[in-house]
Amino acid sequence: MKLNERSVAHYATCDSPADHAGFLRKRVERHHHHAHHHHATSYQRRWFVLKGNLLFYFEEKESREPVGLVVLEGCTVELCEAAEEFAFAIRFDDAGARAYVLVADGQAAMEAWVKALSRASFDYMRLVVRELEKQLEEASKTLAACHKSPRRSSSSSRKRHLSNPALLPLQEKPDILENGYSTWGSGGGVPGGAACPDRDGGHVKPPPLPPRRRSAAGSTTGSPVPGLSPAMTESPVSPETACFSKLHSWYGQEIAVLRREWQERQKRGHP
Amino acid sequence: MRYNERELLSLARQPAEKAAEVLMRLPKKGSVLKKRLVKLVVNFLFYFRTDEAEPIGALLLEQCRIIKEEENVFSISFVEEPERKYCFECDSEEQCQEWIEALKRASYEFMRRSLIFYRNEIQKMTGKDPLEQYGISEEARFQLETRKQ
Repeated sequence: MKLNERSVAHYATCDSPADHAGFLRKRVERHHHHAHHHHATSYQRRWFVLKGNLLFYFEEKESREPVGLVVLEGCTVELCEAAEEFAFAIRFDDAGARAYVLVADGQAAMEAWVKALSRASFDYMRLVVRELEKQLEEASKTLAACHKSPRRSSSSSRKRHLSNPALLPLQEKPDILENGYSTWGSGGGVPGGAACPDRDGGHVKPPPLPPRRRSAAGSTTGSPVPGLSPAMTESPVSPETACFSKLHSWYGQEIAVLRREWQERQKRGHP
Repeated sequence: MRYNERELLSLARQPAEKAAEVLMRLPKKGSVLKKRLVKLVVNFLFYFRTDEAEPIGALLLEQCRIIKEEENVFSISFVEEPERKYCFECDSEEQCQEWIEALKRASYEFMRRSLIFYRNEIQKMTGKDPLEQYGISEEARFQLETRKQ
């Protein structure tokens, strides 16, 4: 299968920011045709660069082209009981797929890599974006709901309106991060067509956020048809719902722990 | 450059965000339009001969430009080689526009920008960082500082 390798290599080295980078030792995989062949395990030190859901590795930090790429979509990252300390493995579901065994320089480096790689998938990013879209919509509604008019449209068109204007300008105008706010109307309001006509100046202190719906991201889809249809903000349709529920419970645990820590910090910092 | 082709092929078998039969032309000189099944999965566009299960190729959709060409036609090119265009002819103008929109949003970098935008907006509106509850506010990939395109 062909891949646009030149462009991929360019992406690896262009100035788009890396999500993580560092030296790792990569175990050299030998292909065994006979089960009893024994080769001494060897490792090669490589410079690894994580961008999005792609893990590139270079011979040297200064190398102009990667020697290899690991597409991370669908992988799991685990600590490894290799003979080496600080080893972890990138594995794929596919039976017979090889694992990538990587060794970090120390505990902190290993943890940082495992964390970064675990969250590197496109699906994960998409989950977070959808969650924020929902939150933005809730926050907008809360701000705009000076009158309790239940114009709560459940049709996708209203939500699409919310998502499309956000997404289109982002693509068209590279500096949308500075200008983006203004395209949404003044004072942090609701975008164009979906705006509540009685929106108040927007400078009034917003009411407290509605209680968080824990299952916001967990609504079951049931539908076998995945995909970013116009209803994309309604339910997180993920091609891999199995993966999703794993993610959901993993993050649920993580959230619980981190929430506790955060709350403790808050208590200490703010009486 | 080595890559895990097996996983990429596996990705090509995943349910697509979008799939269609279109006419496709490669940037190679003398290439002609050929009927292909194109399938968008995460930030890859796979293309297949219409009767085959395995793709003949994949395009990573990062650092690319999606441009409307003539009627029903759009192209994908990459920033470092803007003249090399992969051309796609759709059945209708509507289908063409749908693909353009879908492909523009298909990059990881685009999602990252969206996330940063939403995070920023929510923070402005509510005074709170929405990522804090997930404990991911410090991650490099979600940072608010202006990123070079």
